[in-house]
Amino acid sequence: MLDTRDDRTPNWSTGSSWRPGLRESYLFDRNVIAEIQRAAREGIYDIRGFGAKRRVPHFDDLLLLGASISRYPLEGYRERCDTDVVLGTRFAKTPLELKIPVTIAGMSFGALSAPAKEALGRGASEVGTSTTTGDGGMTEEERRHSETLVYQVLPSRYGMNPDDLRRADAVEVVVGQGAKPGGGGMLLGHKISDRVAQMRDLPKGIDQRSACRHPDWTGPDDLEIKIHELREITEWEKPIFVKIGATRTYYDVQLAVKAGADVIVLDGMQGGTAATQDVFIEHAGIPTLPATRLAVDALQELDMHRQVQLIVSGGIRTGADVAKALALGADAVSIGTAALIAMGDNSPEYEEQYRKIGSSAGFYDDWQAGRDPVGISTQEDELAARFDPVVGGRRIANYLRVLTLEAQTLARACGHSHVHNLEPEDLVALTIEAAAMARVPLAGTNWVPGL
Amino acid sequence: MAVETPEITRVEVVDLASTPLRELNRRLHELSGEASEPRRWRVLNPNGAHAVACGLDAAIEVEIEGHVGYYCAGMNKLATVRVHGNVGTGAGENLMSGTLIVGGSASQSAGATGRGGLLVVHGDAAARCGISMKGIDIVVCGSVGHMSAFMAQTGRLVICGDAGEALGDSIYEARLYVRGEVASLGADCIEKEVREEHVAELRALLDQAGFDDLEASGFRRYGSARRLYNFKIDNAGAY
Repeated sequence: MLDTRDDRTPNWSTGSSWRPGLRESYLFDRNVIAEIQRAAREGIYDIRGFGAKRRVPHFDDLLLLGASISRYPLEGYRERCDTDVVLGTRFAKTPLELKIPVTIAGMSFGALSAPAKEALGRGASEVGTSTTTGDGGMTEEERRHSETLVYQVLPSRYGMNPDDLRRADAVEVVVGQGAKPGGGGMLLGHKISDRVAQMRDLPKGIDQRSACRHPDWTGPDDLEIKIHELREITEWEKPIFVKIGATRTYYDVQLAVKAGADVIVLDGMQGGTAATQDVFIEHAGIPTLPATRLAVDALQELDMHRQVQLIVSGGIRTGADVAKALALGADAVSIGTAALIAMGDNSPEYEEQYRKIGSSAGFYDDWQAGRDPVGISTQEDELAARFDPVVGGRRIANYLRVLTLEAQTLARACGHSHVHNLEPEDLVALTIEAAAMARVPLAGTNWVPGL
Repeated sequence: MAVETPEITRVEVVDLASTPLRELNRRLHELSGEASEPRRWRVLNPNGAHAVACGLDAAIEVEIEGHVGYYCAGMNKLATVRVHGNVGTGAGENLMSGTLIVGGSASQSAGATGRGGLLVVHGDAAARCGISMKGIDIVVCGSVGHMSAFMAQTGRLVICGDAGEALGDSIYEARLYVRGEVASLGADCIEKEVREEHVAELRALLDQAGFDDLEASGFRRYGSARRLYNFKIDNAGAY
């Protein structure tokens, strides 16, 4: 019905049918042709998971300058390079103290299976970082297995419970998401199991489209009062995060600070989603790279940089991405898509099964469909049972350790004893676009376009 | 003071003109439901303060003498809160259980996302009353504004006066009762037959809300046509 991707085979782009004299249109390539014909056949937009698949300027377009004569590096295995981060120092009585600057982003039980949520908690806890609930409320599994759990307050308020607010370690008011800034949540009927339906107070099996605006506040002045209420309910103990999708980032960050946020979570357009219209994922919002720069500018102008912490997400894959985001001024980063991949999503191990549902390892993005052979983005008991939360948790922990080690390696090479000492002066850009967006010089020049 | 006052009649008075709101809420939150604790509270001079008596979690009674701002009794569990005045936006938001009784009128989003308990408004309620309600019962003696019961999931909304435009837009399983005029119905909201069980349900709700002098007859019932529960392209124009 809504799962419309069965006819799309990943091998179309390999060009096996090419012969001399055949020329494919750049504008109307085979993917475009397939999508036009699918739309004409089915009369409904394409809904999928994952994040933007198009190429946009990203941290790959930046390089770190290691130390040499003008600065000296730190010894790789002998000299300390700390990675701890404290989130929520502005107003909260009990800020989060994390050992690494990489957190797990909000992903719902509903979008993900219960064992997958458990694995995220296990992995994050093992390395001393936080995980986050999602649309649909807090499950016992994730609370039990997450040493530090951030509880999201979303427009839908599915499963919203003051007891969960009180047993959370931080509260995140979700205004938007990078994959769909300005859009609400979506969970299609085949993922609304009995348990999901019960948690969300909805009938089983319906397509659940959650609201894009909060039901009881509109605009920055209301948000300030909402944050005040959340602080009163939680005795001013817990940090209040505000999560925004990257759009008018400079203004949104300033307004969130004005509204009283302890922490800003900024999700760029590459950020993943469990289910959103493809047109939305690919065509709304701005990339993580320029958004990070704008957010840091906004905080610095208010003299709030490092007082209100900034967490950046959307396309973080490697320790290099972590190091570059921190160098631009972020306090931490969050991972979502990469965490799912670390747990086995898109693994070649499941190639045969992916093929059975018309996809292939490396291409699978039908997280909305609930037929995930790995058992992560599903609510089917049989599929979810394939996923071992202990093994998944270990993979998450391993991956988080690698991200941290890589970021430390780069920070030491730049001469820094803490990853937060990375700075924009450590960066150059490979492209003019990235130089303009990150406001760092084009490599080999002292030219920053736009300055 | 408390030593000489029998527990049963003891009323703890907090004057917000001289006591910070934080102090009031902190004291209310510290209650664990033990018999030795004060069960009756009186709040003076709220003067439009926001978040008054939010996040309560004990079977106490709180009387608020005056108008309050946003989110009064937000996320309440167990407590009965009476406001002798008007309430701002989001009164009783995400109510879990217990009761919020508003003597005056309510601003926007009264009872938003409420998951249980009862909200009674003696005056009118503004736009989006009962938005995304998830099990709460709401009884409004007067009229409600536009987009009330928007995306209402479960629970019951009783409107003794009129309803503004787009009542029950994108409604799920909540039940709506209106005695006056409905300006218009929102997407997928339709009028439904009032059977005996519905009159009985109304009677019980009105009694519970303290309106035992109001007739349960003469109401119309509205609910979901359930045409938009699963996306069908033929319905695209309805969204």
